[in-house]
Amino acid sequence: MELIGYERDDGSVGVRNYVLLLPSVTCSMEVAMRIANHVEGAKALIHHQGCIQMGLDLEITQRTLAGLGRNPNVGAVLVVSQGCESVSAERLADDIAKVGKPVEIITIQELGGVVKTVARGVSIARKMAQEISQIKRKSFDVSDLTIGIKCGASDATSGIASNPAVGVASDNIINNGGTVIFGETTELIGAEHIIAKRAVSDAVSKKIYEIVERMENRAKEVGVDMRGTQPTPGNIKGGLTTLEEKSLGTIRKAGTSLIEGVLEYAESPKGKGLYIMDTPGREPEALTGFVAGGAQILLFTTGRGATQGYPIVPVIKITGNSETYKKMTDDIDLDVSSIIEGKETIEEAGNRIYLEILKVASGKKTKAESLGCAGPADIYRIGHTF
Amino acid sequence: MRKAIVIDSKDNVATALTEISSGEVVEIKIGKIVKNIQAKSTIPFGHKLAIKRIEKGEAVIKYGETIGRATRTIEEGEHAHIHNIESTRGR
Repeated sequence: MELIGYERDDGSVGVRNYVLLLPSVTCSMEVAMRIANHVEGAKALIHHQGCIQMGLDLEITQRTLAGLGRNPNVGAVLVVSQGCESVSAERLADDIAKVGKPVEIITIQELGGVVKTVARGVSIARKMAQEISQIKRKSFDVSDLTIGIKCGASDATSGIASNPAVGVASDNIINNGGTVIFGETTELIGAEHIIAKRAVSDAVSKKIYEIVERMENRAKEVGVDMRGTQPTPGNIKGGLTTLEEKSLGTIRKAGTSLIEGVLEYAESPKGKGLYIMDTPGREPEALTGFVAGGAQILLFTTGRGATQGYPIVPVIKITGNSETYKKMTDDIDLDVSSIIEGKETIEEAGNRIYLEILKVASGKKTKAESLGCAGPADIYRIGHTF
Repeated sequence: MRKAIVIDSKDNVATALTEISSGEVVEIKIGKIVKNIQAKSTIPFGHKLAIKRIEKGEAVIKYGETIGRATRTIEEGEHAHIHNIESTRGR
């Protein structure tokens, strides 16, 4: 199957071609959304950070926003600044421009409020949309793909059917030279010894234990019992009893490949193959981390059902629960409950997912895309709000 | 269709692939061994039942790995969930 995508100056390939309206701070989010509403092929990100943040949290936000702008699915970026935020809009634009795509900044306080900024923004974004529509399309290879994998609203079918099938698809991507990122450090708790054994080196293995310990300590430091949130009430209703059980089911989506490295949140992999990113388990933050790290496509397994999309990246949703698929056929792309019914092997279902990835990579819209479901692009933070 | 699945031969619980009625006898495969277990209560879809007696404090095993410990003795065929299993992590 020939894959056709959008060639970028840094050698990467986009499977989509959007103008990104990037709010450098939550305060400019609404202006960014209004501009995007007026321009065909423009997408705005909704997030809640960028100001009154300090140290590591500010660094994470700055790095994440730059990564989102650099994502290969984005052809041009219009940074929408409030004018007084902690994030440096100039540094953000410079970091994005390094990969060779058009970037401009508009500032609400300079232009004089919503009306003027929206008018100016629409004019710039419209021009950008027209420019990037002429970007050369090129044939590309699976080795140009980075896939982010995540599970949400899990139930007992996730660990038995959808996650193992995604594991097969993940192995296929990697065997064909591609890159896969998984995360959800909270859901490595209780399964870290299994994942660490698959590390390519002792240093990577050590780092896996470190990120899990760091996450577990964060819960202890704030004096909470993580069992209060994990598993979630929905997980428990679906039959998942403990965090360890959830974790053991979760890691099956990472297949059997060696783990090449551990990434900090929103960091891009340095090579090809399988990577772990230190992300929370919560969806919007985890997906944002993968997209900022360069993922052009996201796989999302669900047991109880989810409507997840992402503004600039197609999300392929997969369930192993036939009832959920029947109820949410308009939202969930693939049904692999055939594994539970014994009608299809995990291998066969995994190959079906792999084929769907290739179709989506070549332009097939996912169900979330065809519904226009995007979802928030929340950014991870570690500290408190002051 | 199988009514319950044992993922690893070391497991002491099975996962229901359909709702199992109270008193129903289900056939399960543990590796190559086939065993009949009588459900002591209704086991909802996706939930677990003990395939052998699990003593209080003993590890509950699924995927061949520890998923928690029994907070009281769980009899064979009994629903194994948050009322009789607790996590040992993240606190």
